[in-house]
Amino acid sequence: MNTIVKLCGYIIVIIFALYTFFCFTVFRGKDKERSERIYSRQRVCIFLISAVAHAVLYLMDYDFRIIILFVLQMIVFFIAVHMYQIFYKGLSKLVLNNMFMLLMIGIFMLERINIGYAIRQSAIVLAGLIFCIFIPVIIKKISFLDRLGWQYAIFGIILLAVVFLFAEEKHGAKNWIIIKGIAFQPSEFVKILFVFFIAAVLTKKSNFKRVAAASLFAAAHVLILVIEKDLGGALIYFVTYLIVLTAVTGNVLYLIAGLSGGSAAAVIAWKLFTHVQTRVNAWRDPWSIIDSGGLQVAQSLFAIATGGWFGMGLGRGLPGKIPIVESDFIFAAISEELGGVFAICILLVYISCFIMFVNISIKIKKPFYKFTALGLGIQFIFQVFLGVGGVTKFIPSTGVTLPLISYGGSSVLSTLILFSIIQGIYVLNGSKEAEDEEAEG
Amino acid sequence: MKKRKDKNNDNRNIAVISYSLMIIFVLLIAYIVIFLAGDNMELLNNPYNKAQELFSEYTRRGSILSADGSVIAETVTDDEGNETRRYPYDNMFAHTAGHFDNGKTGLEAQYNVYMLNSSINPVVSAMNELKGKKNPGDDLVTTLDIGLQKTAYEALGSRRGAVIALEPESGNILCMVSKPDYDPNTIKRDWDELIEDKNNESALLNRATQGLYPPGSTFKLLTLIEYMRENSDYRDFSFECKGSAAQGGYRINCYNKKKHGKEDIVQAFASSCNSAFATIGLGLNKKRFRTLCGSFLFNTELPVNYAYKQSTFSLNKSFTEGEVMQTCIGQGKTLISPLHNAIIISAVANGGYIVTPHIADKMVNAAGRTVKTFSYKNGDTVLSAEEIDFLKECLLEVTKSGTGHALSGQDYTVYGKTGTAQFDSGNDSHAWYIGYAESGGKKIAVSIIVERAGTGSDYAVPIAKKIFDEYY
Repeated sequence: MNTIVKLCGYIIVIIFALYTFFCFTVFRGKDKERSERIYSRQRVCIFLISAVAHAVLYLMDYDFRIIILFVLQMIVFFIAVHMYQIFYKGLSKLVLNNMFMLLMIGIFMLERINIGYAIRQSAIVLAGLIFCIFIPVIIKKISFLDRLGWQYAIFGIILLAVVFLFAEEKHGAKNWIIIKGIAFQPSEFVKILFVFFIAAVLTKKSNFKRVAAASLFAAAHVLILVIEKDLGGALIYFVTYLIVLTAVTGNVLYLIAGLSGGSAAAVIAWKLFTHVQTRVNAWRDPWSIIDSGGLQVAQSLFAIATGGWFGMGLGRGLPGKIPIVESDFIFAAISEELGGVFAICILLVYISCFIMFVNISIKIKKPFYKFTALGLGIQFIFQVFLGVGGVTKFIPSTGVTLPLISYGGSSVLSTLILFSIIQGIYVLNGSKEAEDEEAEG
Repeated sequence: MKKRKDKNNDNRNIAVISYSLMIIFVLLIAYIVIFLAGDNMELLNNPYNKAQELFSEYTRRGSILSADGSVIAETVTDDEGNETRRYPYDNMFAHTAGHFDNGKTGLEAQYNVYMLNSSINPVVSAMNELKGKKNPGDDLVTTLDIGLQKTAYEALGSRRGAVIALEPESGNILCMVSKPDYDPNTIKRDWDELIEDKNNESALLNRATQGLYPPGSTFKLLTLIEYMRENSDYRDFSFECKGSAAQGGYRINCYNKKKHGKEDIVQAFASSCNSAFATIGLGLNKKRFRTLCGSFLFNTELPVNYAYKQSTFSLNKSFTEGEVMQTCIGQGKTLISPLHNAIIISAVANGGYIVTPHIADKMVNAAGRTVKTFSYKNGDTVLSAEEIDFLKECLLEVTKSGTGHALSGQDYTVYGKTGTAQFDSGNDSHAWYIGYAESGGKKIAVSIIVERAGTGSDYAVPIAKKIFDEYY
């Protein structure tokens, strides 16, 4: 039995490493047929990893729901891949594959941690996929998307403020709205509006006065999140704004001013708030305060060290010992059971997504859509950095989810929408124009 | 045309800024790789790490070995695959090696994950795992000497107390005995009785590291050092002992009220004259004495990585003259562990530095190859060469003509100090001996306490002699 689990563990790591390898080699050469072949091989990898993982999980305690979940996942996967290619003609197939790969990893890890979570997460993903199918149509129909500007920010700020007034505290952050037992995290969706706001306002004009006004609105978003104790969220909004601003204006002074201001603000926050101090102390030395705030990071490091390069094998770790392992700390559970190689490959798949987002942004001509794609891409990759960096004690933990993998309806839904908007923008603006351009050239 | 240029600028900006963002990911991945490639055993060995037991499912726990490779603790597997931890020397290493069942202690706890880690050939290891066979864990090689441990164990006999012997220069602990003891082989069965502790034996307590006792006259060593530092003419010290010294309505007696007569400081030290040292103590600067004791690790952490109790020393303005005199002859409120006293005497033996006494030497894999050597850093230098010369003269005089006379005339030279520590207000006293022997460049230091026995020279010195005889 152990033998099979161990062997399956190695197989999963090898297939995933192969998948990751394809992510970075697919663009070598311009052979379209070769690329297509690689994309289908990646899909085979997704199927195999999921199949092997489910086989191990089923053998663990013969829960028949595991098999049902697997079959349903594969049906949804098969249909969704085809539907996306119909509704998003000319989309990035690499990004599409990556999206499903990460979703699959998340769901089988949740099945392992708590099957109830996995079922809930699967239902939300399914709903999200159905909704996202129509995003290109929506973008096409709403032609005033780039004509709005300040409205996005005003709406976003009001939404965040309302959340603050009625919010409940969960995992130390007061940014959850609970309606009829279902918890939402509106800041996950406001952050998409936030990118629309930056892109719309800054691409029309970017003189100093306008930048100052936009910065004020952006700061309002960040400030509300800080007050809600959503430090990770605040950082993501802040960095996204700063980078898009710098890219639009091409003025490095903004970046320098922003980073210095941000650092000063961070120091002030550290001095003022005990919850910030706790996180910083847990990062500096979790061992000495293991009973008062350091336990989570310490347990996470135990898990990563226990897993080593190739992991203890799926189902053979102790994910239950890490607080909120299903969400913010799922990376540690993955490291423990599937090993460091697998975990690093996950990071590389995220990076592959980001590189594609940047390429898409570069290909698009219309400034609004160009910088929307960039902003969303930055948001996505910076969240990955905060999440993985926090869990590995590279940086203080800020309590953010791992996109598409962590348990959490708002998180997975907003990330699916983020992926779909970028793909949608790409198929509506990018590919056609790029072809035109090539024809010109 | 202008628009075209803008677009190119935009794209350049986007590319530059996005790819510079990749730098943080390169750093993050490098960090993870370094973390995984590093030595995480210490981290995994943290008692908060609940995953430790996971390893025992795939690894057969390694053994604890003496310095020459004799088995102190090992895991044996019966035909049905049941594992038991076996201790061939029964009670002899109970506190030092610790026990495995009913909550690990001692080396069993401290090096738990190290012994559950298997560093054999990775190919063999993978083959074993695929075959469902357990890998042999690494063995912990200690600095312990079976012969010395046995000698100390038998010498202490049925008395309560503790014995530590170590190499004063390296800090290698050669033996560590604490009594009363228990049998780690049968601890499961004996547990209730041990916890109930009907006779107040505290058999589970390692007295060598966790027992705190008044230091008695062994503390005169520190009083002497402080006196030397405050009085550069200490060699001219002269005192007329009348069998007792009184000050502020409080009287200190010499042992058995013996009148030592006219003596210099070496003689006063050798005969352990309470009257002389109590008188010296009254003239000492309290703050400086506190600082001195601090530098010799009173009221502070010892440089060891296993469980121990911190020694305490207090002396301040509010002390009455009687209390000051008591403190300076090692009574009063001062408490010390045998381990700590071993560190103090080692400083005289090794040229003046605080040594780090340790038991764990290295880990070897099943093939006998060393996979990790534990290294220990010595602490600050607390004694100068001149001070050591004089202290040695005094400690040697104890052997030549004083309370440690039984150790004179051997092939080895012994420097030491006895102590007879009174506790509570009863007549019982603990017998102390701290000292070291030297012969042909080999040194061994001992710290011995025998509870409720009598004088140091009658009860602790003979144990020291047996250890020195065994060692040389």
